[in-house]
Amino acid sequence: MEAVIRSVRGLGHRIVNVVQRMGVAARFFVLTLLHSGPSFRRFQLILHEIYSAGVLSLIIILVSGLFVGMVLGLQGYETLQTYGSSDALGILVALSLVRELGPVVAALLFASRAGSAITAEIGLMRATEQIEAMEMMAVDPIARVVAPRFWGAVISMPLLAALFSAMGIFGGYLVGVVMIGVDEGSFWSQMQAAVDVKNDILNGVFKSFVFGVAVTVIALFEGYDAPPTAEGVSRATTRTVVTSSLAILGLDFILTAFMFRGV
Amino acid sequence: MQRATLDIWVGAFVIAGLAAVLFLALKVGNMAGFNTGQTYAVSARFGNIGGLKRRAPVKSSGVVVGRVDDIGFDNQTYEANVTLALDSRYRFPADTSAAIMTSGLLGEQYIALEAGGDKKMLKDGDKLKLTQGAVVLENLIGQFLYNKAGEKGTEEKPAQ
Amino acid sequence: MSDNLIEIRDLSFAYGERMVLKGINLTARRGQVIAIMGNSGCGKTTLLRLIGGALKPTSGSVQVDGIDVGALDQDGLYKLRRRMGMLFQFGALFTDLSVYENVAFQLREHTDLPEEMIRDLVLMKLNAVGLRGAHALMPSELSGGMARRVALARSIALDPMLIMYDEPFAGLDPISLGVTGELIRRLTDSLGMTSIVVTHDVQESLKIVDYVYFVSDGVVEAQGTAADIKASVLPFVHQFVHGEADGPVPFHYPAPPYRADLGLNA
Repeated sequence: MEAVIRSVRGLGHRIVNVVQRMGVAARFFVLTLLHSGPSFRRFQLILHEIYSAGVLSLIIILVSGLFVGMVLGLQGYETLQTYGSSDALGILVALSLVRELGPVVAALLFASRAGSAITAEIGLMRATEQIEAMEMMAVDPIARVVAPRFWGAVISMPLLAALFSAMGIFGGYLVGVVMIGVDEGSFWSQMQAAVDVKNDILNGVFKSFVFGVAVTVIALFEGYDAPPTAEGVSRATTRTVVTSSLAILGLDFILTAFMFRGV
Repeated sequence: MQRATLDIWVGAFVIAGLAAVLFLALKVGNMAGFNTGQTYAVSARFGNIGGLKRRAPVKSSGVVVGRVDDIGFDNQTYEANVTLALDSRYRFPADTSAAIMTSGLLGEQYIALEAGGDKKMLKDGDKLKLTQGAVVLENLIGQFLYNKAGEKGTEEKPAQ
Repeated sequence: MSDNLIEIRDLSFAYGERMVLKGINLTARRGQVIAIMGNSGCGKTTLLRLIGGALKPTSGSVQVDGIDVGALDQDGLYKLRRRMGMLFQFGALFTDLSVYENVAFQLREHTDLPEEMIRDLVLMKLNAVGLRGAHALMPSELSGGMARRVALARSIALDPMLIMYDEPFAGLDPISLGVTGELIRRLTDSLGMTSIVVTHDVQESLKIVDYVYFVSDGVVEAQGTAADIKASVLPFVHQFVHGEADGPVPFHYPAPPYRADLGLNA
């Protein structure tokens, strides 16, 4: 009986901790937004972060997009062929990518590559007292270090998701039309008829924007809040990837339910 | 990383990203489709709307001229009340008829407008008088079986 | 203008339940080099943080140049900090910026000076610490001693009135030790600053400081000039200065009696 009480108490303790942490993270997010002015006045800072988060993630995004598209093409063809609808391969590849796989998979990859890098960078700055040094030099670290990374990542995320989807469609085209021999004309024309710019593409872009914000806030917060030791930083990096991934999938469900209900 | 090199890379990245968005919008989606523009509202009553959903296309001669805006139920007449949002570029005569069709055998349902001959045109808020409800598959099959049974009956009579 | 740059009166500070400082009284005159010595965990770094405004006192006051640090708002604090510099234990250089950019950091953030002027100032500050030739290196390419010297150049970039040094002598080779000590003294004198050095290193610091405060158990146990401290007969000071293994700070960590632990008591 004692053991049960103890484990319930421990569980409650942990849940309270998680909720408290979310509150601190929310406050941190608002602070970042409020202190964003200087990053825009010195746009060079944001440009540097777009390079770190966006350009350096290009290779993994483009290659993964290509592979995902090719797999969609293969698997899709297998299934559609049994219903004699292999002409609809274009629709299948395009809709899957633009609505779901593009934003979600790109965000997951972004979280593991750019998100963990951000957490490690900021955590290391904390551990080597660079953040404290900045504060002692009367420079607000949130404005100078955190906000530029936030905007750099949030700007990069939708672009990366679009590149992922575009590469994926190209991959589907390669496999379906070039390799298997699905009719090229119907591949593109059926796709165009079925993919709506407002509903599908803009929704996808909006999703990737939301994911970008979520991943970046989590990455920045974990780094900023990490215990200033080597162990603390490495744990924070792992937490970033795990928490971001869960957040992406959870938000995906919520957004999809809102956007694609009744269409 | 030299500042000039960094700027080039970032610029190339942003351009590539925007190009991807443009590619998706133009080549993959249908921009020529009906997404932003002036519309006017026209309503129509149907006995049965079948599987018609909001945002379903409204077509005339096979071309998309509008979208289904709202679907409601009239508790007095027990009929479905459908509001259509028609593109302001296209005007239809006041006696235009609307029918619920299915694209393909098992495809999604849409509204087909057949232009009438009236000199007066439909205005915002007008009602369509001639409508034809959706063909429900169960009724069709039931009708087919009934017809078949009837045919058998008339066939057998001469044999007797 | 008062002669005392820093006046600390009855300063107490607690981390949650734990009282770290229990009534510190300390003054530092302009142009002096003050050392704060004591064992690890006696609150020396906390004291620096209180002077710098990173922590607010639980009771008592910290006055820097006549301004009550604990009562300042964020804006006021930032304004005060522009006149102070701090040297962190391992330099805390910004790893993504070069040596030049590190030293130029405060100039870029707080002033609107043109590039040529910034360049001149940066090179002058680096020259003062002897590293003008290293301005293009990255922090990862510097040795510990060099990194700390660059950090020193960075902290004097705006000609502050006060610099705080957190363990500047920790982990340095004998040559670097000598260089660091000499730089602290020379810069304090030539720039007319006040320096507060928190350190364990008795030998190096007693060579260069004007006045020493010994902190133990949250209070100032002893104070005096370098000569006073060296000659002190107070047990705690004596143990510290001469590095004795046992004394007021015991050799043995508290433990049950030896015979009992070995099970020799029948």
